[in-house]
Amino acid sequence: MNLSNLSVGLSTYLLVGAMLFCLGLYGVFAKRNIIAILMSIELMLNAVNINFVAFNRFIWNQKIDVHYILTGHVAALFVIVVAAAEVAVGLALVITIYRNRQSTNVDEFNWLKW
Amino acid sequence: MFKEMHDLFQWAGLIPALPFLSFLLIAFVTKRSKGLSSTVSILAILTALGLAIAIAIGVIQSGAEIVEHPVIVNMNWLNIEGLKINFGTMVDPLNAMMLFVVTLVASMVQIYSLGYMKGDKGWSRYYTYQSLFAFSMLGMVLATNLLQLFIFWELVGLCSYLLIGFWYFKVSAREAAKKAFMTTRVGDFGLLLAILFLYTKFGTLDFVALSAILNTNMQNVALIGTASYVTVMAFLLFMGPVGKSGQFPLHVWLPDAMEGPTPVSALIHAATMVVAGVYLVARMYFLFDHADPSALQFIADIGAFTAIFAASIAIAQDDIKRILAYSTLSQLGYMMFGLGVGAYSGSMFHLMTHAFFKALMFLGAGSVIYAMHHKQDIWEMGGLWKTMPITGTTFFVGILAISGVPPFAGFFSKDEILANALHNGHPIIYGVGLFTAFLTAFYMSRLFFVTFCGPAKPENHTKESPWSMTIPLMILAFFSVVGGWVALPEHNFAFYVHYLPLGHEFEREAIDWGMAGISVLAGLLGIGLAYIIYIKKAIAAESIVARFPTAYKVLQNKYYVDELYLWIIKHVMGGLANVLYWFDIYVVDGIINGIAFITRGSANGLRRTSTGQLQTYAMVFFFAVVIIFMVFAFGEGQLTSLNPLAMLGGVK
Amino acid sequence: MGTVVFFIFAIMAIAAAWGVVTSKNIVHSALFLVLSFSGVAVLYVLMNADFLAAVQILIYTGAVAIMIIFAVMLTLRGEISESNPENHHWGWGALVAVLVFIMMALVILANPDWRILATPWTSGGSAEDLSLLLLTKFMIPFEVAAVLLTIALAGAVVLAKGVKESK
Repeated sequence: MNLSNLSVGLSTYLLVGAMLFCLGLYGVFAKRNIIAILMSIELMLNAVNINFVAFNRFIWNQKIDVHYILTGHVAALFVIVVAAAEVAVGLALVITIYRNRQSTNVDEFNWLKW
Repeated sequence: MFKEMHDLFQWAGLIPALPFLSFLLIAFVTKRSKGLSSTVSILAILTALGLAIAIAIGVIQSGAEIVEHPVIVNMNWLNIEGLKINFGTMVDPLNAMMLFVVTLVASMVQIYSLGYMKGDKGWSRYYTYQSLFAFSMLGMVLATNLLQLFIFWELVGLCSYLLIGFWYFKVSAREAAKKAFMTTRVGDFGLLLAILFLYTKFGTLDFVALSAILNTNMQNVALIGTASYVTVMAFLLFMGPVGKSGQFPLHVWLPDAMEGPTPVSALIHAATMVVAGVYLVARMYFLFDHADPSALQFIADIGAFTAIFAASIAIAQDDIKRILAYSTLSQLGYMMFGLGVGAYSGSMFHLMTHAFFKALMFLGAGSVIYAMHHKQDIWEMGGLWKTMPITGTTFFVGILAISGVPPFAGFFSKDEILANALHNGHPIIYGVGLFTAFLTAFYMSRLFFVTFCGPAKPENHTKESPWSMTIPLMILAFFSVVGGWVALPEHNFAFYVHYLPLGHEFEREAIDWGMAGISVLAGLLGIGLAYIIYIKKAIAAESIVARFPTAYKVLQNKYYVDELYLWIIKHVMGGLANVLYWFDIYVVDGIINGIAFITRGSANGLRRTSTGQLQTYAMVFFFAVVIIFMVFAFGEGQLTSLNPLAMLGGVK
Repeated sequence: MGTVVFFIFAIMAIAAAWGVVTSKNIVHSALFLVLSFSGVAVLYVLMNADFLAAVQILIYTGAVAIMIIFAVMLTLRGEISESNPENHHWGWGALVAVLVFIMMALVILANPDWRILATPWTSGGSAEDLSLLLLTKFMIPFEVAAVLLTIALAGAVVLAKGVKESK
């Protein structure tokens, strides 16, 4: 099998993104440590970024003046910005909770039912 | 003349109203005063008696007119769509006869009770119940429609229950009262079904209206098998009298009803309440006439069987009241089979004469019991005629009357029934009736000879009863003698009280002296046999018993019918009750518990969706997304194109 | 050539992500996360997004991952080797994740027309091109992002500082 003959198209990138997304999803559902959940959320955001960039690379066609349109990259950039802010605030929250409850076990944070 | 009498008949409603007023007065006003209570009650019933006599005279003087056109006063009680009920009074010869009989016996009994119930703590209560009973019975007799009759029928049953269980501190009295009520209830169920059936089919319960409807040509459609619905109605209707009038198999309550005070037994269970069933059949005779002949044949068979059945038990009983109770059952059987074979006038005539002499004998027995300090076994009595001449003489009159010896009352009525039985083609029933007449004479004479004749037992210290008790005895004895003579004149009893099928003319039947002679012979034979055994002691009673020990045992134990019923109730109904109980516990409760269980179980399961944990919610969220995807994708079978899915991401 | 590189680093990224979510040791998870980020950065490079790749490495691996490790250090209790267990319904989670993946794969693979460009463009993606966009067309989102970061900073400080004990 000649690997170099396999073309890597949009579908492949999208599939990679899908796999990363689903792995992150599994982490969100199944982990007990809250920091692990945050890490899985980062994974999901990464997958989204891959999607943006892949679409930008393979589909976007327009050209304004002589400049290339990089809307997908801009979106990915903003996602990174937001992800960073979110991680900051999220970890601050985790630390606050840890200070109160001495635990990072998300099973114990069950006040959403009231 | 009819016109003036007509106005009197409008006031017939006053007759039951007076005892009702007395009931209210005693129950609410004069309860504390014994003297006042009895006075009010007796005054009321005597006034009612006076009115009844006036009405009876009016009826006789109206002649043939009132036979064709009874006087009816109706008041509309309930009138809603589909249901119209009247309340009113009806005066025709049958009613007038019943009014007279009931008021006469009731007044005699109430006067008698002055002496018999002396010193009883429940005096006022007793007279309350007596007035209530008089009201109910008179109301029933005057009823114009079946519903009114049924209401009063039930009221009469209630009074019977109250009066049988009058001495409620005795367990046997309570049990007897319950038994009476429940046994008659079984019959009343059939009666109620018949009433409902009649109403749905004919839309009216009025006697006159029903008679008119049945006389016109109506469709007699077959209902069950080959029986038309009129026949079914007739059979159902007869169930009421089977219970109330103590026909076999619902006769078991009457002997036990002797637990009540003797005047009560005289009034209710000899002369008036138990004949309510016979009266009902007579009132609704047109229904039986239009039904299949098997209905009347059935009535005749049951009546004849009851007659001989009860008579055979009576010859082996030792309690004075029990013997009289079985005698009543036997005579009721006579009246029933009289109606069954078509002797309408004869049956009603026997009703009247029987009321006189049976009430007489019961009151006489009460007098004996009173003198014997409430001992009731006849073998402990003896030679009472010497110390109680009035009681003895009147009782002897009663014996002769019931045995059918002329010129006493029973002769005319019994003979008419037997003659009709043979002439209308029921030879077997005639034979049974004749043999029962022989048995009746035998056991009644046995009772009389053992109680009143022979050596007196000095330990009894008997003396004659007070005037309050002996005067009613004498009055009733007078009627037992002359009561039968109303069969003799031109416009005799049958002229007024008869039933004519449509299109027939009334013809006066002469007395068949040949048949009469045979009935008298049977009665005299019975008396003679009792004389030989108990007075002459030529044949010892003990030797007869020794020769037929099992027969005697069976007779003495009333053919073990009570035991059989107890067994049925315990095993059959008990078994059924157990099955239904099982059903209730496991199926009905099971359903309820199952619903609760399902609720609990589903709640248990569903609570997992509200854990409060974010991870669970996120899982459900994405799971829902997958489901929605599947709905869109496979719902329209467009897996390959997935066009709706292309919209999901907003890519187009 | 590009294909080989792609496959190597794609598989690396995915394997590292697998390690993140299945490792029982949280520090191992964090390190696997770093590896995954790096793999994704290489994929960006393959897609002509070089500036973005640099940003990814700088911010994700250089800041976010470090922050995560700091937080792990601050909240660590008990045994490190068991500090990242699965919870009791991890089976359901796996099932839902697989289902979602199947759903997405179906969409991706079964779509008949992705309208892919006939001629792929192979240049652009540098900082110059990106900055032109940011400062003209996406000016306002750019400023808003700045505000967001400031607020996040302030919020994190407030949260981490804690509430003063009232006397």
